[in-house]
Amino acid sequence: MKTLVWVEHEEGQLKDATLSAVTAASKLGEVHLLVAGQNVGDVGAQAAKIAGVGKVHVADDAAFAHGLAENVAPLIAGLMDHHDAFLAPSTTTGKNIAPRVAALLDVMQISDILSVESDDTFTRPIYAGNAIATVKSSDSKKVITVRGTAFEKAAAEGGSAQVEAVSGTGDKGLSSFVGQEVAHSERPELTSANIIVSGGRALGSSEQFHALIDPLADKLGAAVGASRAAVDAGYAPNDYQVGQTGKIVAPGIYIAIGISGAIQHLAGMKDSKVIVAINKDEDAPIFQVADIGLVGDLFKIVPELTEKL
Amino acid sequence: MKLLVPVKRVIDYNVKPRVKADGTGVDLANVKMSMNPFDEIAVEEAIRLKEKGLATEIVAVSIGPAKAQETLRTALAMGADRAILVQTDADVEPLAVAKLLQKIVEEEQPQLVILGKQAIDDDSNQTGQMLGALLGWGQGTFASKVEVDGQAVSVTREVDGGLETVKLNLPAIVTTDLRLNEPRYASLPNIMKAKSKLLAQKTPEDYGVDIAPRLSILKVVEPSKRQAGVKVGSVDELIDKLRETGVVG
Repeated sequence: MKTLVWVEHEEGQLKDATLSAVTAASKLGEVHLLVAGQNVGDVGAQAAKIAGVGKVHVADDAAFAHGLAENVAPLIAGLMDHHDAFLAPSTTTGKNIAPRVAALLDVMQISDILSVESDDTFTRPIYAGNAIATVKSSDSKKVITVRGTAFEKAAAEGGSAQVEAVSGTGDKGLSSFVGQEVAHSERPELTSANIIVSGGRALGSSEQFHALIDPLADKLGAAVGASRAAVDAGYAPNDYQVGQTGKIVAPGIYIAIGISGAIQHLAGMKDSKVIVAINKDEDAPIFQVADIGLVGDLFKIVPELTEKL
Repeated sequence: MKLLVPVKRVIDYNVKPRVKADGTGVDLANVKMSMNPFDEIAVEEAIRLKEKGLATEIVAVSIGPAKAQETLRTALAMGADRAILVQTDADVEPLAVAKLLQKIVEEEQPQLVILGKQAIDDDSNQTGQMLGALLGWGQGTFASKVEVDGQAVSVTREVDGGLETVKLNLPAIVTTDLRLNEPRYASLPNIMKAKSKLLAQKTPEDYGVDIAPRLSILKVVEPSKRQAGVKVGSVDELIDKLRETGVVG
């Protein structure tokens, strides 16, 4: 089977989410990659070095500059004449593009896979991760999104794939990119961080969130996350959100501070290796999944922890 | 401008789903069902566009069992003008839902279709994008802000790195994220009024769409459970435990 994997990239850098999708694709067969964007020669070169990749298709065109699904999906659908499966990471980009490709190919997509059982059978979470379904696809081509935390990352170095330029059908004239507000941070990215410090509604305000969570995260070299309740209350920006409807993370250590542990939050972090919970309510559901729990006042505990570490 | 808002009847978001012992699915017998929360946000957004004078009519549509009428009545009570139920007891996959919606769009000719970004039962996150592809329309997915301006709509999207704004020519597709708005509760007078609003009954056959599933569910199991660990009594003990992991130096 020949697979085509969407390469996620930003500002000339290939993103880690791609590497997990490569691992999932390698379980199905030969791995080809697609780099689409504008001036993406460097990304193509980085992609060619990923271990186990046979070929990198590079589509360099202003129409693909911001990954607009309306322009990119027909390009992918065209390349699928020569591939049997399309895989994209379950990022907001992958989730935006893949179903559009699936519909163009008349294929029912398999979203957010956790494992590859055979070349047509996969497992995936349903009901916010409260159940895991094993599904078998009868479509001749497969369109798949891959949950990054469920697959090891392929080695970013060691490959020497052939790079081939491809062209698409250009700008469909349906949509245009207006702008973005991207939070630039010195901290590691949430989805690839080894330690995450995450704050909940108990922080009480945006000021207190940043005054307590940020110094601890910086001391640990950690990324900062937040519960949906904290984001909805305006204490943290939306891209901090960990949970079923936010980011799915699985760091080495996840420190949940003032987070009660709603089902939808647990769905986003329960695969972390070590979960630490700090909460004043000893009956909070977060303690049912925490490896290390400390019951008490976070406004006393967190500054003390930051100081003593 | 006419708006089309598809809504799905799903398990209420406050109910903890229970996997059936025989592994065939999730037990929905005698479980409270409600409108998918993302779809409520879609209905609310449509009503706000109408209240601003930017839309003239809101048509709610649901594809599902007879009881999905209740979900449509909720949409009508919130402020939708009329409803269409495409009745079937089958589980209809997103691709087939998108094909049915395509036919309804061709009949109704809305300028904007506003959908929830995903349903909280199958968590597919596909229907809006698929409908966009089938219709050849632009899509603004995971919207946190929607601004209609003449022949275009600007959609601010919640993306992994923050926010992104795209401009789409109308007609277009929008899918809603959590922070787009807070849906209203229907008032009692509006619930009474909704009972007399038009609700058309159709079937998938009326639209000539094949809804046979492409995916078969071989089994459904509970996820592996985490065991609760230890509780420590002080920050010093916590630091000792953290150091034992080897991750914290």
